[in-house]
Amino acid sequence: MISHLPVLQVIVPLMAAPLCLLLRRAQLVWLFALLASSLAFLISILLLQQVMTSGVISYELGGWEAPWGIEYRIDKLNAFLLLIITAISTVVLIAAQTSIEKEIPKEKHTLFYILYLLSLTGMLGIVSTGDAFNVFVFLEISSLSAYALIALGNDRRALWASYQYLIMGTIGATFILIGIGLMYQMTGTLNMEDLSQRLPQVAQTRTVFTAFVFVIVGVCLKLALFPLHLWLPNAYAYAPSIVTVFFAATATKVAIYLLIRFTFTVFGLSFSFTTLPLQGLFLTLGLAGIFVASSAAIYQKNVKHIFAYSSIAQVGYIIVGISTSTVMGLTATLLHLFNHALMKSAIFLALGAVVYRLGTIQLSSFHGLGRQMPLTMAAVTIGGLSLIGVPLTVGFVSKWYLLIALIEKGWWLVAILILLGSLLAVVYVWRIVEAAYFKEPLAGSMPVKEAPMLFLIPIWTLIIANIYFGLDTRLSVQVAQSAAQGLFGVSP
Amino acid sequence: MIFSLEVMLQLTIAIPLLAILGIIFARKNPNIREGITITASIVLLYIVINLYQSLLSGKTVNVFWWEIMPNLSISFSIEPLGMIFALIASFLWLITTIYAIGYMRSHQEENQTRFYSFFALAICAVMGIAFSDNLFTLFVFYEVLTLSTYPLVTHAGTDKAKQGGRVYLGILLSTSIAFFLLAIASTWFITGTLDFKQGGIFSANIDKTIAGALLVLFIFGIGKAAIMPFHRWLPAAMVAPTPVSALLHAVAVVKAGVFTILKVCVFIFGLDLLAILPTTQFLLYLAGASVLLASLVAMRQDNLKARLAYSTISQLGYITIGALLATSSGVIGSSMHIATHAFGKITLFFCAGAILVAAHKSNISEMRGLGRQMPFTMMAFFIASLCIIGLPPTAGTWSKWFLLMGTLEAEQWTLMMVLILSSLLNIAYLLPIPFLAFFPNISAKNNQGAENATTNIQIKEAPLASLIAIGIAALACLILFIYPNPLYELATAILDTERVTYGK
Amino acid sequence: MIIGLFNDWVVVVLMMIGLYIVIAHGNLIKKLVGLSIFQTSVYIFYISMAKVEGGSAPILAESIKQFSNPLPHVLILTAIVVGIATTALGLALVVRIKEAYGSVEEEDIQHLDNQTQTESPKKVLEGDQA
Repeated sequence: MISHLPVLQVIVPLMAAPLCLLLRRAQLVWLFALLASSLAFLISILLLQQVMTSGVISYELGGWEAPWGIEYRIDKLNAFLLLIITAISTVVLIAAQTSIEKEIPKEKHTLFYILYLLSLTGMLGIVSTGDAFNVFVFLEISSLSAYALIALGNDRRALWASYQYLIMGTIGATFILIGIGLMYQMTGTLNMEDLSQRLPQVAQTRTVFTAFVFVIVGVCLKLALFPLHLWLPNAYAYAPSIVTVFFAATATKVAIYLLIRFTFTVFGLSFSFTTLPLQGLFLTLGLAGIFVASSAAIYQKNVKHIFAYSSIAQVGYIIVGISTSTVMGLTATLLHLFNHALMKSAIFLALGAVVYRLGTIQLSSFHGLGRQMPLTMAAVTIGGLSLIGVPLTVGFVSKWYLLIALIEKGWWLVAILILLGSLLAVVYVWRIVEAAYFKEPLAGSMPVKEAPMLFLIPIWTLIIANIYFGLDTRLSVQVAQSAAQGLFGVSP
Repeated sequence: MIFSLEVMLQLTIAIPLLAILGIIFARKNPNIREGITITASIVLLYIVINLYQSLLSGKTVNVFWWEIMPNLSISFSIEPLGMIFALIASFLWLITTIYAIGYMRSHQEENQTRFYSFFALAICAVMGIAFSDNLFTLFVFYEVLTLSTYPLVTHAGTDKAKQGGRVYLGILLSTSIAFFLLAIASTWFITGTLDFKQGGIFSANIDKTIAGALLVLFIFGIGKAAIMPFHRWLPAAMVAPTPVSALLHAVAVVKAGVFTILKVCVFIFGLDLLAILPTTQFLLYLAGASVLLASLVAMRQDNLKARLAYSTISQLGYITIGALLATSSGVIGSSMHIATHAFGKITLFFCAGAILVAAHKSNISEMRGLGRQMPFTMMAFFIASLCIIGLPPTAGTWSKWFLLMGTLEAEQWTLMMVLILSSLLNIAYLLPIPFLAFFPNISAKNNQGAENATTNIQIKEAPLASLIAIGIAALACLILFIYPNPLYELATAILDTERVTYGK
Repeated sequence: MIIGLFNDWVVVVLMMIGLYIVIAHGNLIKKLVGLSIFQTSVYIFYISMAKVEGGSAPILAESIKQFSNPLPHVLILTAIVVGIATTALGLALVVRIKEAYGSVEEEDIQHLDNQTQTESPKKVLEGDQA
């Protein structure tokens, strides 16, 4: 059983998805999905433990030997990502039933859970697999279910957002497919490990350059790197709240994982960062993303939009971390993956609670909410402080590491810019805090109650995690650091 | 004492937090709520005094909480400079609470529970700052202080208050994140530690340019010290209720700023290094300019609180200068000035609040002849003014004396002139207020004021609780003149004097 | 040279046509058509790269010494399935968009969306139950 964990990680949610259809009753389906997700979470914990103690796990799917068959390869990086995804997914699911009762018509509830589990399967698959083509397949599994999930939003703009995402996402995925094809053409293998050994021999050919560019652009479309981010704000804003939470916390993370995997493992550090000007490119785009997206966030009226733009900005920080191409920088990136997942899921879940009570998410409807929904708004505030990077929250930890990485690199100007960027976060977070605590409710607005327990429990679990991992960084830092070192170890 | 010293040290931080719980718990009953606040402040003061005695007897107390990242821990210890700060803050918390009860009630402010809770949180942060054992701990509590005082600044909830709150938070957070954090991270990167150490933590062969740049980052980053051009938050924060302005902007927040600067100068850079850095001179002149300009601006303010605010900026400049002079007298003067200015300024703010509550006046031009109506308040105002100016028989004399000595030791003649000039300006903008209050006819050209004065002769002072607070604070200004020894001893103990090489 | 790579030229031309349609056309159906053409070009790319000069179909037989590579075909079968799913989902979305907006033209939809945003705040609140 233990030896089959890598594949079970993906199989469990995959199998659970069609089984949902048999259960019919929404409540049951919810509990079943929660069970499946918890199981996946448990598996990911076991996997992480196993990887941390005994190193890389290689699993041959169907018993076919590695370069020919599909290999699932779990190293510290994958295990870390799997943990993040399954943990967030499980916590988010707790609130799911309550939330979708208000936002999705009853007959579609089962459908929602099926799509959710499929999307989870896709993400877990992308992360677990060690096969480049398999990545594409899982990418499409998660994306197709994502388009459908977003279209479940009950605003008609959700449809339009979903359509736009579909077009952009498909172009991105197809780009990745082309890149993989070109790589296969040059090396005759699809196994990532194999690729990383064979690519250096043909590295100086134009085909490999092209392959690299296609893959990188495709992945960047998926992770909403500025200026390829246009699909993201509306998709996040009009999707059902639960979907927003789930994707904001995990989907971009998976894309970033792909980026790291391709640049560091498959193509190798020296190719990605010395042969090609990836460093300058990432640095510029990352910084531009931070400033453009944060400034855009300041002017939004829809609170989900504010945090959607903030997500794009946070991707900027992550990319800047990658662009340092040092162990320290990558550690900061991985930490921020984890930390950002924690804070964004907490914030968006709290916003989901607001939607549940208010039915709207405009900033103007937040007036006076600090009194009416004190626990929810406190969560938004703490999450926001974490986003800014105030000490004692997780946001500070990753920002600190990023700062040290930049200083280590001697990039003083970038360090200052990063800090200035987080000041923009202060502005947009404070607009919400001010509205909630220091403005009188709009005339004629109904008084609302605090969010139901099924919301508050997951929200505060995440918030406490935000603070806990801001204080006790041993676990997250250790895993991130050794994952980063692992990436530098394997690359030539 | 039943507790060990370590426990007591942690209690200084825990007691305000416990008080918050009590305050929230008793929110329905104002008497109990304020009883809890006062009890907490008395207990806190008692504990701090106990710690003070243990410090005098030469014991060292260290408390380690936890390590957040490798070599970055939250830990506390007691040293003389922090002791001065903690003593003042805990003593003045008590007085301010007494004052606030009178003020808030007679002013019928809303949200008093929120007010007392965040007030206690701010004190908790101040204790954390005062006893922090390393720069990281200090930074954490520094940010807590910023955030916890924001609701106090915007207490009134009006648009003006929110505007003020935005400026306040904006400047303090941006400087601390953009400069202070960068400076801390760089220091950590260069030295591998952030512990406060006598003589500094930089090795002797550090690149002077980098260290100089770091010093600039530190001085600008510690926005709470209100060195121009990052001083705008102080006047903006004056929209807060008077007790808040008094405690936070005469004591806690601004003093946390200059205290941090002193800490950084003495324990991170060390005076020897500080004296030879290329940027020190520039920063000294900047602080000097801040002193003079703020005094000049203060002269032009008609709103009493605004005038006091600019006066604070100017006095903070003194302390920064004292720290940057890198001489023992400078440091002694600075640390004493933290105390003496705190007493003087808090009295002035109390008086301003009392005038607002009793006579509903906030502009200086309206205060002519007020001395007959509020003689007690105005006397206190007079004493406190002397203290700020630095004239006997008040405590301010000593700190200014040492600051001047510091400039002499460092042979900074320009700065000496700046300090003297600014003291003259202090006289010009502070003393006329009590004089005109008592002798409205002194300038004959305005007869209207005199008539006003004669018609309003019955005495109408602020509430008793506020008066007691004013009395204690003013008395403290006088007592510290006659009996400055404890303060002086603490201040001299900051530096291991033998180790200091004077000047360059 | 040019003729030797003629299959690649076909791929590139199809790819550009597909992308151009996606970008340039405002009609949502036409966009999907463009997307399909774009994806099809990739199928052709994969299949053409599997061809080995002189190789025949990969069937194990005595007389055949050289095979074409069967793997890309298999891969692209998967990709075709994915492509069909994408197109189907896209079309389904277009149907719903047509129901909700009454149009399948990008311009109209954006126009309608902008209207919702500039209408009175009350209306926006109602229309924004996202």
